[in-house]
Amino acid sequence: MKISTLRRHVREGAKNLIRNSWMTVAAVGAVTTTLVLVAAFLILILNLNQVAENIESDAEIRAFLELNTNDEEVESIGNEIEGISQVTSYEFSSKEEELENLIDDLGEEGESWELFEQDNPLNHVFVIQTEDAEDLSPVADQIGQIDKVESVEYGSATVDRLLQFNQYARYIGIGFIAALLLTAIFLISNTIKMTINARSEEIGIMRLVGAKNSFIRGPFFVEGLLTGVIGSIIPVTAVLVGYHFLYVNLNDRLNFEFIELLPWNPFAWQLSLMLLGIGAFIGIWGSVMSVRKFLRI
Amino acid sequence: MIEMENVHKVYDNGVTALSGVTTKIEDGEFVYVVGQSGAGKSSFIKLMYHEEVPSDGKVQINHVDIGSIKKRQVPYLRRSIGVIYQDFKLLPKMTAYENVAFALEVIEENPRKIRRRVMEVLDKVGLKHKARFIPAQLSGGEQQRVAIARAIVNNPKVVIADEPTGNLDPDTSWEIMRIFEEVNDTGTTVIMATHSREIVNTIRKRVIAMENGQVVRDEHRGEYGYED
Ligand SMILES: Nc1ncnc2c1ncn2[C@@H]1O[C@H](COP(=O)(O)OP(=O)(O)O)[C@@H](O)[C@H]1O
Ligand SMILES: [Mg+2]
Repeated sequence: MKISTLRRHVREGAKNLIRNSWMTVAAVGAVTTTLVLVAAFLILILNLNQVAENIESDAEIRAFLELNTNDEEVESIGNEIEGISQVTSYEFSSKEEELENLIDDLGEEGESWELFEQDNPLNHVFVIQTEDAEDLSPVADQIGQIDKVESVEYGSATVDRLLQFNQYARYIGIGFIAALLLTAIFLISNTIKMTINARSEEIGIMRLVGAKNSFIRGPFFVEGLLTGVIGSIIPVTAVLVGYHFLYVNLNDRLNFEFIELLPWNPFAWQLSLMLLGIGAFIGIWGSVMSVRKFLRI
Repeated sequence: MIEMENVHKVYDNGVTALSGVTTKIEDGEFVYVVGQSGAGKSSFIKLMYHEEVPSDGKVQINHVDIGSIKKRQVPYLRRSIGVIYQDFKLLPKMTAYENVAFALEVIEENPRKIRRRVMEVLDKVGLKHKARFIPAQLSGGEQQRVAIARAIVNNPKVVIADEPTGNLDPDTSWEIMRIFEEVNDTGTTVIMATHSREIVNTIRKRVIAMENGQVVRDEHRGEYGYED
C-alpha cells in the first residue's frame, strides 16, 4: 500500500469517528463494557487454571504397605508400579524415613514422636506421580489391588471436585467470553451501519470508478482499530490498578499452598496487552462487517 | 470491442429485463440506445460495466467474458469505462475539482498527476473557472459536465451514459452532446441511452432500438423511430 493511501485511510477513518461522535461513543462504550467483563472472566479463569496446575503438579498417590512387608516384596511392588503406563515417577520411602519426615514436619511437637524410633508404627510408603490429575483415581485403584499394599491415599474427593469445578468454570467462562465478543461485534457493526447510509453514495461512486474493495474498507478498518484502542483504555487501566489491589489484598489471605494468585507482574501486563488486542479485533471486525453489504458483486 | 451473445437478464424478483440480446459494438463507435421506459436500456448498459451480470449468454469486452471474471478484477474493468447518469451522482459536499479528483484518488493515482489531469479535464468541459464550486452552486448542465469530467479523467476506452440529458433543458443538452462528440472524436467509444428524439435525429449515429428486452432495430445513422 502506498503511503499516501495509508494517510488517506487514517484521515478518512478519523474524520468519520469525529463527524459521527454519538456513534463513536456508542461503539467505544460497547468495546469498553465488553472488555471489562472479559477481563473479569479472564482473571478468574486464568487464576483457576493456575490453581488447577498447582494441584495437578502436587497431586500424588501414597500407597501404604503392610507392616510385615519385606525388602524383596518391596522391590516387586516397585516393579509393578513402574509397569503402570500413566505413572510418570515413583519413590520409595521407608518407614524410618517417614518417621523422620513426620518429626521434622511437626517441629517442637515432633520430639514426642522420637519415642517411637525403637518401635516404629508407620508403614513403608510408595509415593507415585501421574501424568494427569485425571489418572490419579484409576491408578490408585490399580495399585490398591497389588498384594501387600494395605491402602492407597490421594486427595481424592477434594481434588476431584476441585478439578471438576475448574473444568466447568473454564467452559462456562470461555462460553461467556465468546458470547460477549460476538455481541460486541454485532453492536459495533450495527452502530456503524446506522451512519453508513450517509456514506453509501460515496461508496457507490468509489465502486463505479474502480476502487478496490480493500481500498473502500480502508477507512473502516482504521475506524474499527481506533474504536477498539480507545475502548480498551478504561479496561486496561482498571486491570493494571484493580489487579494490583486484588493481588495485594487477597493473596495474603488465601493461605493455602496451592492457591496463589498469578503475580501482578507480568500477568496484569499480559492481560492488558490481550485486552488491547481483543479490543482492536472486535472493533475492526465490527466495522469492516458493516460495509460488507456494499461490496458485493 | 463489446460483444453480447444471446444475453438474458432476469432480476431476482422474476422480472425479465433482457431476453436474447445479440450485438456488437466496435472500438470508437458512437451508439444511441433508444426505447420506451422499461425496454431494458439501463439493464443493457449495466451489463457492460459489471453492475449486473447476465443470467444467461455472454458479454465480452475485448474478447474477455466479463460475466465470469473474478470479483477482484471488476475494479480494473471499471477503470477502463467511464459511466455517466441522468442524476449526475456527484458528492454534494465536494467541489467540482474534488469530485473529479476523487475518481483518481480512490484508484491510488499519484497526487501530482491527479492535479494536472483534473485541471486538464475541467478545462476540456469548460469548467476550469468553476473548479472550486460545489454541486449546489452549479447549474444542471454544469453538474453534468463535472460528471463527464469525472468519467473521462482516467482516459477510459469506453464512455457509457444512461440518459445523460434526461434532466437538462434542450440548450444545455446540446452542450453536453458537443462534449460527447469531442470525446468520441478522440477514439473513445460512446454508448448513450436516451429518450431524446431531437438529439438522435440531429446528430446522426448508430441507433440500437430496444423493446421488451430485445433489440428490434440496429441501424447506422439511424433515426429515433417510434412515438413516445
Ligand atoms: N434492479 C432491478 N430489480 C428488478 N427489476 C429491475 C431492476 N432494474 C430494472 N428492472 C426491471 O427491468 C425492466 C427493464 O428495466 P430497465 O433496464 O431499467 O429499462 P429502461 O432503462 O429501458 O427503462 C423493467 O421492467 C424494470 O422494472
Ligand atoms: Mg433506464
